[in-house]
Amino acid sequence: MTGVAVRLEGLRRTFGTVHALDDLDLAIEPGELVALLGPSGCGKTTALRILAGLEEATAGRVLVDGRDVTRLPANKRGMGMVFQAYSLFPHLTAAQNVEFGPRLRRGSLARAAEMLDLVGLSGFAKRYPHQLSGGQQQRVALARALAIEPRVLLLDEPLSALDAKVRVQLRDEIRRIQTEVGTTTLFVTHDQEEALAVADRVGVMRAGRLEQLATPSEVYLRPATAFVADFVGLSNRLPGSVNGDVVEVLGARLPLVTPHAGGAATALVRPEAVDVVPDPGATATVLTSSFLGSTSRVTVSVGDQLVVAQVPSGRLPDLSAGTRVRVTIQPVAVALE
Amino acid sequence: MARVIFRWTVLTVMGVFFLLPLVAMVEFSTRDPETWPLLLDWPRLAGEYPALAEGILASLAQAALTSVLMLVLLVPTAIWVRLRLPRLRRVVEFLCLLPLTIPAIVLVVGLAPVYAWVNYLIGGSSLTLVFAYTILVLPYAYRAIDTGLSAIDVRTLAEAARGLGAGWTTVIWRVVLPNIRSAVLSAAFLTVALVLGEFTIASLLHRTNLQVAIEFLGKSSATVSVAVSLTALLLAFTLLLVLSLAGSSSKERRS
Repeated sequence: MTGVAVRLEGLRRTFGTVHALDDLDLAIEPGELVALLGPSGCGKTTALRILAGLEEATAGRVLVDGRDVTRLPANKRGMGMVFQAYSLFPHLTAAQNVEFGPRLRRGSLARAAEMLDLVGLSGFAKRYPHQLSGGQQQRVALARALAIEPRVLLLDEPLSALDAKVRVQLRDEIRRIQTEVGTTTLFVTHDQEEALAVADRVGVMRAGRLEQLATPSEVYLRPATAFVADFVGLSNRLPGSVNGDVVEVLGARLPLVTPHAGGAATALVRPEAVDVVPDPGATATVLTSSFLGSTSRVTVSVGDQLVVAQVPSGRLPDLSAGTRVRVTIQPVAVALE
Repeated sequence: MARVIFRWTVLTVMGVFFLLPLVAMVEFSTRDPETWPLLLDWPRLAGEYPALAEGILASLAQAALTSVLMLVLLVPTAIWVRLRLPRLRRVVEFLCLLPLTIPAIVLVVGLAPVYAWVNYLIGGSSLTLVFAYTILVLPYAYRAIDTGLSAIDVRTLAEAARGLGAGWTTVIWRVVLPNIRSAVLSAAFLTVALVLGEFTIASLLHRTNLQVAIEFLGKSSATVSVAVSLTALLLAFTLLLVLSLAGSSSKERRS
């Protein structure tokens, strides 16, 4: 199966005086997985629901494979959807749930069985939803969405009700399956790690608008705006002075993502770009350090400035509170606030 | 200890209060040994007491039709309100509960002119009481159906089904209804129990049903009338018992 192109053009959605979507433009290439990422209330779910036909846009158009489907009801759009809440029909078994769509469309039941197999649950075909775990239920929901051979697959925070380990497992599985079937997919999430891990491109949204749409590495390493830099990953806000296309922060010269007029500015520096090394002669002092597994986070006071650094956990014993340290920053591109 | 005594005293007093009339009814209706066998012999009963037979048939037909009309009106409305008009939920609930607060006699005063038109347009059949009964059962039926809908995520289920290609009729018929089956059954049972016991409206609107027939029969053959009353009462008890058993078993299944 090959995917289709999806375009959202100038989408607007207002609830009273609130603009849930404010002239949103988004183009998804055939077979691509785009993740919409943003804080709650940023309009990402509204965008997905309008694409699904579950909500109407106040203005704008939805184009699927070049065809305007803005006024088409949800049941005629042929889009598979997985919801945040468990949405399996409680009175049907896993197999019957997956067969629901194909039966309505007089499609192939063999495909339903195939999809259940694809999500690794063919052995659970006769179980009812209440006999399945949360992760299994979402897998069946994914199989059910794929069984209708959807033109577009829509995933509305499908992992947020699951526990951490299952979430990572299912996230990777969604990516594998999506690559395998090649369906154009829109994935909505508020979890940046999830978005960066599964998507071909990530769209970061704020207040009904798209702040940046780029590959995960670009969003992370070259955030287009201060909001993106702040929302995707942790950032230190460090005062510096701009000189040409570099900003000088704590003695380091860092290239800028976007050019700036010059003068004083606040640079957004990733904790992993900051390094701290014990040095009894230095002025910076470790305030706190927290163990996060393979890496640890160390908060250092440099004058009246707090700087967060991310270091390998093996170095943690040398960085207890009160240790004098030298702070260095790697010359990676940064955004300005 | 004092609490245990108090509890048992209350239970005994209440038990006697409820059971004594029933025992008296059994005692009274068995004085004539012919009474109970007669109730089991429909042709003979219909021959000897045609008004009673007519009342029984009218009540059964009214109960069945009221249940159907109530379900046809209420189930799609309740689902629609939840899905598309959640703000109207309180208003609809209030409207449905209104009949509970209006005494039957007041209801009849309001219904009488309406029924003058019903008589004029479709005749005076006892089945026309179904319209009034549908209003009368709204508070109970609405509660039952609303509770059933609260137990499932109607919106997500409906949206999932819509996405898979289901129209609204399919959503209601194949997705929502099977999941509120016990609620629908409760609403129907409550309706049947209520209609079988209804007297005031039927009597005041000059139509016949079981209770009107029993009351009429009480004047000529008291034992048969009491036996039929007892049977109707036991039928209502059985329905309510089945209802509560069905309710608890579905709750167990869900947990």
